[in-house]
Amino acid sequence: MIEKSLKQLSGMLAAKDVSAVELATEYLGRIKANAALNAFIAIDEAKTLAQAQAADAARAAGNAGALTGIPVAHKDIFCQQGWVASCGSKMLENFVAPYNAHVIEQCDAAGLVTLGRTNMDEFAMGSSNENSAFGAVLNPWDRKAVPGGSSGGSAAAVAARLAPIATGTDTGGSIRQPASFCGVTGIKPTYGIVSRFGMIAYASSLDQGGPFGKSAEDCALLLNVMAGFDERDATSLQHAKEDYARDLDAPLAGLRIGLPREYFAEGLAADVAAAIDAAIAEYKKLGATVVDISLPNTRLAIPSYYVIAPAEASSNLSRFDGVRYGHRAADYDGLTEMYEKSRAEGFGWEVKRRILTGTYVLSHGYYDAYYLQAQKIRRIIADDFQRAFADCDLIMGPVAPGTAWNLGDKNADPVAMYLEDIYTLGVNLAGLPGMSVPAGFDTAGRPIGLQIIGNYFAEAKMLNAAHRFQQATDWHQKAPAL
Amino acid sequence: MLMSLSLDDVRRIAKLARIAVTDTELAATQQQLNKIFTLIEEMRAVDTTGIAPMAHAQDVHLRLRDDVATAPDRRDAFQAIAPAVENGLYLVPKVIE
Repeated sequence: MIEKSLKQLSGMLAAKDVSAVELATEYLGRIKANAALNAFIAIDEAKTLAQAQAADAARAAGNAGALTGIPVAHKDIFCQQGWVASCGSKMLENFVAPYNAHVIEQCDAAGLVTLGRTNMDEFAMGSSNENSAFGAVLNPWDRKAVPGGSSGGSAAAVAARLAPIATGTDTGGSIRQPASFCGVTGIKPTYGIVSRFGMIAYASSLDQGGPFGKSAEDCALLLNVMAGFDERDATSLQHAKEDYARDLDAPLAGLRIGLPREYFAEGLAADVAAAIDAAIAEYKKLGATVVDISLPNTRLAIPSYYVIAPAEASSNLSRFDGVRYGHRAADYDGLTEMYEKSRAEGFGWEVKRRILTGTYVLSHGYYDAYYLQAQKIRRIIADDFQRAFADCDLIMGPVAPGTAWNLGDKNADPVAMYLEDIYTLGVNLAGLPGMSVPAGFDTAGRPIGLQIIGNYFAEAKMLNAAHRFQQATDWHQKAPAL
Repeated sequence: MLMSLSLDDVRRIAKLARIAVTDTELAATQQQLNKIFTLIEEMRAVDTTGIAPMAHAQDVHLRLRDDVATAPDRRDAFQAIAPAVENGLYLVPKVIE
């Protein structure tokens, strides 16, 4: 059952071969049996089973949609009424959300059954999941390895078959990189496609929700649920509702794939390069042609991102002050000390570093030199992508320079971890859609992801390319031994 | 060229950010922030003359809507999660000194 696609599960539910309660019970059992992976921050069996019973009742009454009764795991960043939304932080460990994020509303309306809340780097800041206040997630392929971040719990949950699908968010690679490290499929849509309402903010001009699944087809079906205009998010796009699964089976003959030479330069691990080359060879067999392209300012995405994201974070996270939201220090002398102690106790060090960085670049006299300069470089990077898309339909390359590293390896030096984001940050800065598709393993057996980048609103085309690849290969069907 | 952040700079930034940094944490914080700013420095030399800053990929503008109340009354839900309430009011530490 756990290897079934959403389409198959949907068919089984419709045929009454399985009930939503049975599905939820099966997955809850797997979550509990694999609690050592630490993929979930919270589960609540009574809530899950009540939602599953409601799904079965809706089906019995003839009110079921295609996905009614399918279980889903939600990243702990989405506000969900009655559940703690901790965002991986001690700051919010007691915050019971009083409302639902737009993503949650849409998942609930589709009849999806919440299995629990997945672990994540605190406030989505991190590339290894080690920044969670609730402990690191272990990579199900190798428990010595990180699962990637920040949506590491969601990626690990789908990889370990603790959930058929999961939600995530991607500000600088936080869906694509853990999908790559855990050998699952994940897509970050065009900025503005999925509402940020009720998604706890990190860097608002970059944050974007998206799905994880075992396959591109499953991601397309969950994206259909998650996407949609929402007037409560000022940056939500008034884009007509699409069926992202509509072109899955379209032939790839004539598809022009751009390979940015900067993504294959020094620093790329040999076994990652070999896996990406093999994936490109597979695409050629499927009828695609390859174009050499250049994204000359790829490296500049790192400093630009690490100005813009901390700047926006320092502003967004100012609300966690012990009064309006969050942990409050027990003892303090006066108002300023109450703020300073509450924030010092509630935030972990990566969050503090980014707030401090952001505070500095926004402080008097530095705004033009840092934030404005970073936003100008952001435009240069976005223009580079548009020039590249004049010559190709999709861009492909690695998601990250290497595979999952060992837990603890990059903790001492935050900058070493920032450099690992080199191939994912540009997509967020430009607001483009990007995805990760399983494409092999390194010599140690750790997964490798192929990154597919599309132009704005090209999600259906990207999912089509990923689906055809998955029809021709079986990397996405490999599951870790637990 | 970047001037390194001094310990006093770090104290000042931490003050602005309202995050208590103890004396024992200060040196490590300084060292890590200086590494981050060395990385950021790569961007400062780029000639961006005539380039407009980009805030949103689609260059969208804020939408306008009719001036009518749309937020539902969620008072009970918000009261229920507050640390302390009394007679329908929110009790907070003294915030005016």
